[in-house]
Amino acid sequence: MAEQKTLLWLQSGGCGGCSMSLLNAESPGLYDALDIAGIDLLWHPSLSEASGERLLQLLSDIESGAQRLDILCLEGSVLRGPEGTGMFHRLAGSERSMMHWIEALCAQAKSVVAVGSCSAFGGITASGNNPTDACGLQYEGAEPGGLLGGDWRAENGMPVLNIAGCPTHPDWVLDALSQLAQDDLAQTDLDDLSRPRAYTDHLVHHGCPRNEYYEYKASAEAPGHLGCMMEHRGCLGTQARADCNTRLWNGSGSCLRGGYACINCTAPEFERPRHSFTETQKLAGIPIGLPTDMPKAWFVALASLSKAATPARLRDNATATQLQHGLDRTKKNA
Amino acid sequence: MPDAKTRRILGPFNRVEGDLELRVQADESGQRVEKAWVNSPLFRGFEQMLLGRPAEDALVITPRICGICSVAQSVAAASALASARGLRPTANGQHATNIVLATENLADHLSHFYLFFMPDFARDHYSDQPWFAPVQRRFKAQRGGAMNEVLQARAQWLHITALLAGKWPHSLAIQPGGTTCAIDRAQRNRLITLIRQFQLFLERCLFGGASVEKILSLSSAADLAALCERHPNGDLAVFCQLARDLELTQLGCSTALPMSFGAYPQPEGGHLFARGLDEGGTRKLDIADISEDISHAWLRDSKSSRHPREGQTDPHYDTAKGYSWCKAPRLGGAVVEVGALARQRVAGQPLISALVAEHGSNVFSRELARLIELASVSQAMLDWATALDPAQPFIDNSNTTTDGEGCGLMEAARGSLGHWLQLDKGKISHYQIIAPTTWNFSPRDAQDQPGPLEAALVGVPLAETADDSVALQHVIRSYDPCMVCTVH
Repeated sequence: MAEQKTLLWLQSGGCGGCSMSLLNAESPGLYDALDIAGIDLLWHPSLSEASGERLLQLLSDIESGAQRLDILCLEGSVLRGPEGTGMFHRLAGSERSMMHWIEALCAQAKSVVAVGSCSAFGGITASGNNPTDACGLQYEGAEPGGLLGGDWRAENGMPVLNIAGCPTHPDWVLDALSQLAQDDLAQTDLDDLSRPRAYTDHLVHHGCPRNEYYEYKASAEAPGHLGCMMEHRGCLGTQARADCNTRLWNGSGSCLRGGYACINCTAPEFERPRHSFTETQKLAGIPIGLPTDMPKAWFVALASLSKAATPARLRDNATATQLQHGLDRTKKNA
Repeated sequence: MPDAKTRRILGPFNRVEGDLELRVQADESGQRVEKAWVNSPLFRGFEQMLLGRPAEDALVITPRICGICSVAQSVAAASALASARGLRPTANGQHATNIVLATENLADHLSHFYLFFMPDFARDHYSDQPWFAPVQRRFKAQRGGAMNEVLQARAQWLHITALLAGKWPHSLAIQPGGTTCAIDRAQRNRLITLIRQFQLFLERCLFGGASVEKILSLSSAADLAALCERHPNGDLAVFCQLARDLELTQLGCSTALPMSFGAYPQPEGGHLFARGLDEGGTRKLDIADISEDISHAWLRDSKSSRHPREGQTDPHYDTAKGYSWCKAPRLGGAVVEVGALARQRVAGQPLISALVAEHGSNVFSRELARLIELASVSQAMLDWATALDPAQPFIDNSNTTTDGEGCGLMEAARGSLGHWLQLDKGKISHYQIIAPTTWNFSPRDAQDQPGPLEAALVGVPLAETADDSVALQHVIRSYDPCMVCTVH
């Protein structure tokens, strides 16, 4: 059996939700998945026994090169404030900011993984007035930069692997880690934001159970309505790059299946919409963000045509919170 | 601050959510804590991020304060918006909200006990204990036999959130007027099945074959001891045995005032677990008595203490003055403890009341209260699921008032969580949050009163290093701290 790859997981300016989501992994569960992938989890903040000096020793050993580190995962943004000191997060028990620790450990890691939109792009922690000067490892929002700079490459020659999402799906993380551990992940497997194409070559729109409403522009108007949420409720599923509605969450769920809009959480700067998250920004009555690859004139033409053709079943159900007409009523379409 | 001679800085502590540092001063023997200072070393500034945003954005942003208390933050924000608008969730919406929240709370209790708390007893430190070998086989961090089993049960348990809230964590299903995800009778049936499946897991693994009803019938230490004797293979019995051997009832004792904001409000009024304080005879809780003191925090303000309705959060990293990013919440000046134990004390849970009468708040009673809630809350969830009426609405969208002031008070797994907000023309003009661990891990206040953990650590055995100071780690983790919520 090949030698195991070592993995260190650190958290900084985030909520820990990507770790909590990781624990939701099923078939296989987290520990089996790591074993099968040949990954030796050196330390994880929620799972490991070691604390205090034992952890600080481990970090020092990695920094000095005494301990090999194959994969470094960071969850949470890098906090650069106040005034460039990074002291909005000083690592407990040490005199150094997490920002400095992260920079030092990235230099030693064979590959670096940003788990979640915070460590990839800044994410929620960088929202509003960005009080802590938060950024991603290699991005500042949509712009290359961040802590390490756009040109930075890890020892494996790759940029930071951005497993974006808020939170990440456990499979996105475990599949990418397994591929990394097998040396089976190439630059061509990443999209233009260094996200794994395994899940970003899809749209959240794919497999959306509201597609029939979308086709007829039968739109939801208030929270809980059954219709398509693109026209009024801020849904970005037709642009959002992820496989949420085909892979599914917690067994059978997704945001759309839960009755609320996709907020495009795998994208940089999703945390700063120019509008409310749950209202569609429009210009002259037309949504500003059109579906991916759709010309505006076609959207307008198709939307008005399909609205005229909307069956009563969909028209009525779209603005109801529970089904008004089942499929057995379709023959009575007017 | 203690002088350098006896001062030790301990951290980081893992298996708590987020980052935690302790400074302790040892007593003359050098073997025990004389004084402790708790530091929350991470600041993110959610209260500032929210200002000027559309009101409903709070429902997207606040759950992302915390990945482990995500639904709790969501419920607090939705309640604060509902209170500002004078809106109440529909009956279905209230039950569905309670079920989703209870799913998170019980998942957290389960993760806490198996993943965060018990692995400390599987450390080599305890290798000479008679119970060590089986405890190590079952609870060793990352490797113990219980770990895979519990993660599987937890993942299946969270399937409930897919049915009622789309996903966990970070759902947007919980709204001021109810929930966005109505279910039909077939899904209700599935929901009840998932709750029962979890209870079967609890009965098999945690309670060693005893039924949930049996657990809920216990009302004295003798009852508990008898149950453990009859069901010795359950993890509850294993925990009770090592707690007896290690005298965990004498460890991490706290005299802070137990408080609960009231858990799981019911459509017909009242809560499953009452709101109030427990000071031998339950006193009414007056929310106006809450204040947050910043005298030992890295924050700037013209006043050292304010009610959260007027609270401010202006970070200022000045190590000469403060030692934490955390404010010190107080109730009428009193130091307050929150969490499952405080909640069950206020609710008058028979077994918890009996144990507390004997030994008060300590590592053992804090843990046991969570295990009791796994039984009692899952049982209540069956009633709420049965009460869901697929013919009735899950949400009331009638009121979207754009101006007002409100507060959302609720019980997260770790205790009382409050959001205070003001809306001005549909925008958020004020937002303040007090999280459970803000209460429990608060720093000192202007009167120099230590926070609950700081007080509970006094007298706790201390080793040379944090890692070897296992007793100290038991005390810290017995509060199930969530450090990312603490400062937010």
